[in-house]
Amino acid sequence: MSEIFDKSYIQDKVDVCVVGAGHAGCEAALACARLGLRTVIFTVSVDSIALMPCNPNIGGTSKGHLVREIDALGGEMGNIIDKTFIQSKMLNKSKGPAVHSLRAQADKAEYSRAMRKVLENQENLTIKQAEVCKILTDNYDCYYNKESAATKKITGVMTFTGAIYECKAVILCTGTYLKARCLCGEAITYTGPNGLQAANYLTESLEDLGIEMRRFKTGTPARMDGNTIDYSKMEEQFGDEKVVPFSFLTDPADVQIDQVSCWLTYTNENTHDIIRANLDRSPIYAGIIEGTGPRYCPSIEDKVVKFSDKDRHQVFIEPEGIHTNEMYVGGMSSSLPEDVQLAMYRTVPGLEHCKIVRNAYAIEYDCINPRQLYPTLEFKDIKGLFSGGQFNGSSGYEEAAAQGLIAGINAALTILGKQPVILDRSQAYIGVLIDDLVTKENFEPYRMMTSRAEYRLLLRQDNADLRLRQIGYEVGLVSDEVYHKTLQKKKMIEEEIYRLKNTVIGAAKENQDFLEKCGSSLLKTGTNLAELMCRPELTYKTLAEIDTKRIPLPEDVIEQVEIEVKYEGYIERQMRQVEQYKKMEKKRIPADLNYNDISSLRLEARQKLIDFKPVSVGQASRISGVSPADISVLLIYLEHYHKT
Amino acid sequence: MRTDTIAAIATAMSDSGIGIIRVSGEDALMIVDKIYRNSRNERILTKYATHTIHYGFIIEETEVSENVIDEVMVTVMKAPRSYTAEDTVEINCHGGILMMRKILATVICAGARIAEPGEFTKRAFLNGRIDLSKAEAVMDIIHAKNEFALQSSVKQLKGSLSDKIINLRKDILYEIAFIESALDDPEHISLDGHHDRLSAKTDHIMKELNGLLDSADDGRMLREGINTVIVGKPNAGKSSLLNILVGEEKAIVTDIAGTTRDTLEEIISLGGITLNIIDTAGIRRTEDIVEKIGVDRAKKISENADLILYVVDSSLPLDDNDYEIMNMIRHKNTIILLNKSDLNEVVRENDIYDMIKGIDRTLNTDKTAENEKCIIRTSTKTDSGIEDLVNAIKDMFFHGRITYNDQVYITNMRHKEAIRDTLDSIVQVKKSLELDMPEDFYSIDLMSAYASLGRIIGEEVGEDLVNEIFSKFCMGK
Repeated sequence: MSEIFDKSYIQDKVDVCVVGAGHAGCEAALACARLGLRTVIFTVSVDSIALMPCNPNIGGTSKGHLVREIDALGGEMGNIIDKTFIQSKMLNKSKGPAVHSLRAQADKAEYSRAMRKVLENQENLTIKQAEVCKILTDNYDCYYNKESAATKKITGVMTFTGAIYECKAVILCTGTYLKARCLCGEAITYTGPNGLQAANYLTESLEDLGIEMRRFKTGTPARMDGNTIDYSKMEEQFGDEKVVPFSFLTDPADVQIDQVSCWLTYTNENTHDIIRANLDRSPIYAGIIEGTGPRYCPSIEDKVVKFSDKDRHQVFIEPEGIHTNEMYVGGMSSSLPEDVQLAMYRTVPGLEHCKIVRNAYAIEYDCINPRQLYPTLEFKDIKGLFSGGQFNGSSGYEEAAAQGLIAGINAALTILGKQPVILDRSQAYIGVLIDDLVTKENFEPYRMMTSRAEYRLLLRQDNADLRLRQIGYEVGLVSDEVYHKTLQKKKMIEEEIYRLKNTVIGAAKENQDFLEKCGSSLLKTGTNLAELMCRPELTYKTLAEIDTKRIPLPEDVIEQVEIEVKYEGYIERQMRQVEQYKKMEKKRIPADLNYNDISSLRLEARQKLIDFKPVSVGQASRISGVSPADISVLLIYLEHYHKT
Repeated sequence: MRTDTIAAIATAMSDSGIGIIRVSGEDALMIVDKIYRNSRNERILTKYATHTIHYGFIIEETEVSENVIDEVMVTVMKAPRSYTAEDTVEINCHGGILMMRKILATVICAGARIAEPGEFTKRAFLNGRIDLSKAEAVMDIIHAKNEFALQSSVKQLKGSLSDKIINLRKDILYEIAFIESALDDPEHISLDGHHDRLSAKTDHIMKELNGLLDSADDGRMLREGINTVIVGKPNAGKSSLLNILVGEEKAIVTDIAGTTRDTLEEIISLGGITLNIIDTAGIRRTEDIVEKIGVDRAKKISENADLILYVVDSSLPLDDNDYEIMNMIRHKNTIILLNKSDLNEVVRENDIYDMIKGIDRTLNTDKTAENEKCIIRTSTKTDSGIEDLVNAIKDMFFHGRITYNDQVYITNMRHKEAIRDTLDSIVQVKKSLELDMPEDFYSIDLMSAYASLGRIIGEEVGEDLVNEIFSKFCMGK
């Protein structure tokens, strides 16, 4: 390497360099370029832009929320999947509105191509196929800037060929490529996903900058030749009859397409016997894998070992695209050797004669401990260095895209000299995701889950535009037109709720008759429409009969009105909790605070606070090992600090 | 910052002439107004001018009548001219422990919250009432008080009760994890039939919680009283002493199998003072094996003691074991009993003092053993000296050298608050179930219940849920 660096030369001078063109990199680069900054996006292979190397879905529980939020902020993912999906479902429809989640099957190749096209046509954005090997920095004097405790600042990046791109900010979105190795039983290859070239140099450069690295692993199941699958032995899984688009900008009429089916089958005791008999050949159980894997998408080996009481596990067969026969075998990711894989898959009904196109494998890669980041996704110690996606220890396309977007927005805002965007836990799933990453101690790839969002009754996928459009607009990623449309929607919702609350329904005969017909108890005194809507058996729609002054409203407005009215008590309770939460969030902690000066803090708490450098008292209170008493002490110290 | 109204007993928790209950916060006047009547039985507290003091009564409302609890003087200090710079009312009542508690409980019922350790001082500081130069001291107070409260809170909880709470939490967590895993992975985990099961479960949980509330009410929840430990070498007469104390007073409250199998705990009342006596009798059984083990165990128990009764066999010369025991209790309130005074005495008071001085010298400390040791000659055979012992204990108590651990009562109030919060959440769950609300609505209340219950045993929520989901339910992909 050093010889190359000796012959390095300055290739270009830009504003932002994005390293990696996966789901995080794409959003990051688009955000920067759209905000008017000269941006270069680097990838080891232009053919792998926005690649989906694992499951062929976008969305799912809580991930669907993320896509909606990305869309509301002015990101791209929702738009692309609306154009390239081949099946779509709203999950959890029988449950509360807060956990309804969209999930679409993507045509992988089309998705990748569509995103590449958007990147190619984006003004200010250059795509470059090159491996970035070194991050270039200079010393940073933070004397005049209390917001930052950085000691270094970004000056550029260097590629494998020695080309230097000078820039003001770098966004690392290296996914699973850093020092990647793939394991399929005893067979080990030193490549990224899908046999793509790994990035073997950057880790060292990052370590030289004092960045703490760690190693994670994840895995993917085999892909089958669809012609060798007997679907008659499986249950067919259809998409929704009426498809809801991801993007708030997509016309719902445009997504009512012919959909393809997925298929459900099950493993059985024969499958499990084969797995158990060959566990010693699994690199994980043999101890060859050193990285930490995620508990939420366990390999089939893990499921069989950990849940030995279950006599079968579900297997979902999902198409990888329209123009290919390849089928994804959901639920059976594995790192067992090829011969065991084949034997194992062939015990599953419908797969008896299957042929594997691509083997299942586990992949190990370098990533960082995200505690080194501010909630802006900027490194605490290096001004101008941002990161997003799996590099930050998360997993999933949607989690990656969400971080990429925020990292891109904040890199741009920082360069433009504006205040960064930090979404908090009460504003968005994205806020929960990033706060968890930078505050909690994660020991496995982090996946979004609805249970992680404590204010989830407010953070619904149906109101992401109402929650976040304004922020996207202020940042500059949402147009005037779109923003005003959202404001208009907000107004209509408020007015209709007001009208419902103030429309008196008396105990007149026609009203009583209506209630009786609906199986609802009769009125003793007058009430209003909103009160009636709270009854489980009545809806906005059914009430039309006695609500004579109603004017027709768009469906998305009616949806909001219905939810806000029906669940008002619960929503109000969460709002009160949010108020409490915000108070602590607003108490900022200066970056140069010396915790060693606060002798009354317990040693453990002091150490944790020094390590984390929380930005607010709220964030400090979520660090494990920091007690409420420590928070009291901190509050008092801050009071003292501000006054002297 | 929370601006709710807080209350606490501001004077020492002992039987003294006057006790003060302090109430501070936005609603302080309004809250005390509910329970205070002047001499003409008028409810006019909110009309009093600031910095005035008034004679009257604290009353307790029942469904049929108002009962007078105590005759009091109330001081009204309006914001910002009070210690905390908030509206403050101080209730000066008769100083019995029971009376102070009763009034505090009434104040809490009327809408105040039990103050956290050091909270008055914290508020005073944050409201600018305390000089900034005192910041350090304020932080130290909060730090120390919280450490102590946390320790005592867990320590005081009876073993069987903490088990009960742990089990209840486990049950609740399982239900949340089940719901949440189904919400997160609807294609793998179904909630069919869960509604009815959970409904039955909440009934059971409510019953358990009500049981806990009852036991908190009659004080069965915590170990209360002066923690007294009897130590001494084997055969010095420890058990005989316990038997005499218990037998003579005929006031055994309960027999509780202690946390350690080898210790026996007795609650006795000596002239109105409750003693929690822990006999380290079990040590005797290990005498032949390793004496060291016994001493270690006694040491551990003694650490938490308010009072130590050290029984010395005065018919045998002091040895290394005595030296070690004396060393370990040197900073404790101790009454040393020169037992077997009916036999040939070889150990005298002076021998004991010499040994204590010897220890101080070896430790090379200027400080002599902080608490003067009181020495009494007894015979557990003839009962001589026992009366002196009882008097000595009473004396120490009334002179304030040993006190009730006043945290106990406060802890009890806090626990009750936490159980009530838990119950409120579960009732909310039950309501949602009856209204047939979707699962994601009540799982949030289940989580609040889990968190509230955790406050009692000092457990935070952390990653419990995520861990439970992954360990109990097989998630897909």
